[in-house]
Amino acid sequence: MSALSIKNVTKSFGENHILKGISLEAEAGEFIALVGPSGCGKSTLLRIVAGLEGADSGEIVAGGRDLTRLVAAERNVAMVFQSYALYPHLTAGQNIAVPLAMRNLTSMQRLPVIGSMLPGQREIRKDIMRQVTDMARSLKIDHLVDRKPGQMSGGQRQRVALARAMVRQPGLFLMDEPLSNLDANLRVHARGEIVDLHRRAGVPTLYVTHDQAEALSMADRVAVMMSGSLLQLAAPEVIYDDPAHIEVAKFVGQPRINTIASRVDADGAVTLGTWRLQPHETLAPGSDITVAIRSEFLSIADMGTPGLPAHIERLEFLGSEVIVYTKLDAIGESMVVKLAPSEAKGLVAGKPVTIVPQGERLMVFGADGARLRADLTFTTLLERAHG
Amino acid sequence: MTQTFTLGRAIRLTLLSLGALIFLAPYIFMISTAGKGQSEIFTSSLSLIPTQFFYLENFAKAFGRVSMGTLLWNGVVVCGLIFVFQVVIAIPCAYAMAKLKFGAARLLMALVMLGLLVPIHATSLPLYVAFDSAALLNSYTALVAPFSISVFAIFLFLQFFRAMPDDLIHAARLDGMSELGIVMRVIVPNAWPAITAFAIFSVVAHWNDLYWPLIVVSNQAYATPPLGLLFFRAAEAGDDYGALMAATLIITLPLVAAFLLAQKRFVEGITMTGLKG
Repeated sequence: MSALSIKNVTKSFGENHILKGISLEAEAGEFIALVGPSGCGKSTLLRIVAGLEGADSGEIVAGGRDLTRLVAAERNVAMVFQSYALYPHLTAGQNIAVPLAMRNLTSMQRLPVIGSMLPGQREIRKDIMRQVTDMARSLKIDHLVDRKPGQMSGGQRQRVALARAMVRQPGLFLMDEPLSNLDANLRVHARGEIVDLHRRAGVPTLYVTHDQAEALSMADRVAVMMSGSLLQLAAPEVIYDDPAHIEVAKFVGQPRINTIASRVDADGAVTLGTWRLQPHETLAPGSDITVAIRSEFLSIADMGTPGLPAHIERLEFLGSEVIVYTKLDAIGESMVVKLAPSEAKGLVAGKPVTIVPQGERLMVFGADGARLRADLTFTTLLERAHG
Repeated sequence: MTQTFTLGRAIRLTLLSLGALIFLAPYIFMISTAGKGQSEIFTSSLSLIPTQFFYLENFAKAFGRVSMGTLLWNGVVVCGLIFVFQVVIAIPCAYAMAKLKFGAARLLMALVMLGLLVPIHATSLPLYVAFDSAALLNSYTALVAPFSISVFAIFLFLQFFRAMPDDLIHAARLDGMSELGIVMRVIVPNAWPAITAFAIFSVVAHWNDLYWPLIVVSNQAYATPPLGLLFFRAAEAGDDYGALMAATLIITLPLVAAFLLAQKRFVEGITMTGLKG
């Protein structure tokens, strides 16, 4: 039985279909990143799981409990918000204590003056204080417990928000772009910390982000969403190397994957500029396809080498790598090539070159965007079209 | 910090001082008159500083002939009750309208806007008739009840709550708070600027209000400060303006003192709501 299962959840606002039937299963202790461009419905899905918004149809089951009709407070889920949503009038320590106080104290015991005179509450409060201190220490924010959110930096607030979410040991962890308000350096550092915390807590986690690098680097599995549909749910390597949909391939990876629109010839081969490629399996002649290849699987050779003739338009030096922007001579399509700096020696803008793809890395997508498992091979590419 | 004294600054300060003087002139004159004897008030010469100081006599007359304590106490009770009711009713109402989704939200919003347009003068006659037939004239109820629901308060809090992040309320729900708990523990502690701003408007308006008390109160025992002054002028003081001004001074003093103590808040409140006093 999976720790969390989302079954066919739909949601629309009027004519606007935000979620078009999302199904997803998470194993115990799994870290799943929901990634996609703005407006793809990933945050809405998270809010539906949290109980902050209702789904139009579908079911949410976590830890064997059907959560669909429970209100947010009864779901035992914790959430970290993009804005952190710390209570501005409470100190960090009080912020962390809130979920415990709400759960462990009765409503009478929580009353300001009367509550502190009721029997039994003193021990509970002491216990809460102990848990808050432990949590603060484990997140290295014990020196901040007396500060209010306004007096803390973004990174510190983010830790307090994490502590508040973790302190009550929820059955499910939800994070809504918790790192997007941090500066770049801190963000990379915080990635590691969140993964660490997740491993220690062992609670299944749904992590929403629009940053594909964040999703790939942190998650056990990545769910790529586009305009209300779940396109692919798989391990990061699979998402990157073996995307099931052209949108997944385009969304993941930096620089963006190279794509060339093409059409299957009458004999089942594919013409790519001056080259003809043979698919592994037969493709329907005449159908529109897109051929895609990642920039690191292209290399640049001197003119005259077998490959695709192109001109260099622009070079970007990034330290450990060089991004070369080129334009194919035959069809005018742009191609981006990622090279090691040593390989880029002698390349200048305007220089005519030949681009050589690694044949087994070419991917083919159909007109509807779905991957066609008829990937082209370079071995059959060495055949010049039209002489 | 040193500021250069430029010509522009000098002109600005002069204009502001002049404006302040014009606005303060009646009050200054009131302070002056409160210290003058009967004969000096009616002389043709006009001096700001009394030739002979009659402050003690005038204040003694004011305290002696009017039950100032009762007036001030009534003012505090009426303003306090009105303010408490207004806040207790308006805050949950504004929270619901700002942050909860429900069918009639737009209709309610329209009603609030409509309510803002209706002045007390339009409803005073039916209200008077109602209080009369309920035998509630000359009571705190008659003074307080019509103002206990303030659409202005709802509107002001609504604007303020809308600016509060939704995530804060979502976080509170996930932490296990009920809607009432959210209002008490999250909204109110963060709404103090709005509450103080509204307190200023409400207390100033109702402390100085003469219209409504004049309609529903004829018994001195329930008179609010301005109404008390009116009774005083009509019945006791006659043309004893020295004593009258002394009484007025006493009645305006609490607001002036409050203003001086909370000057910063006043200005904050006025700038926050974008309204002018």
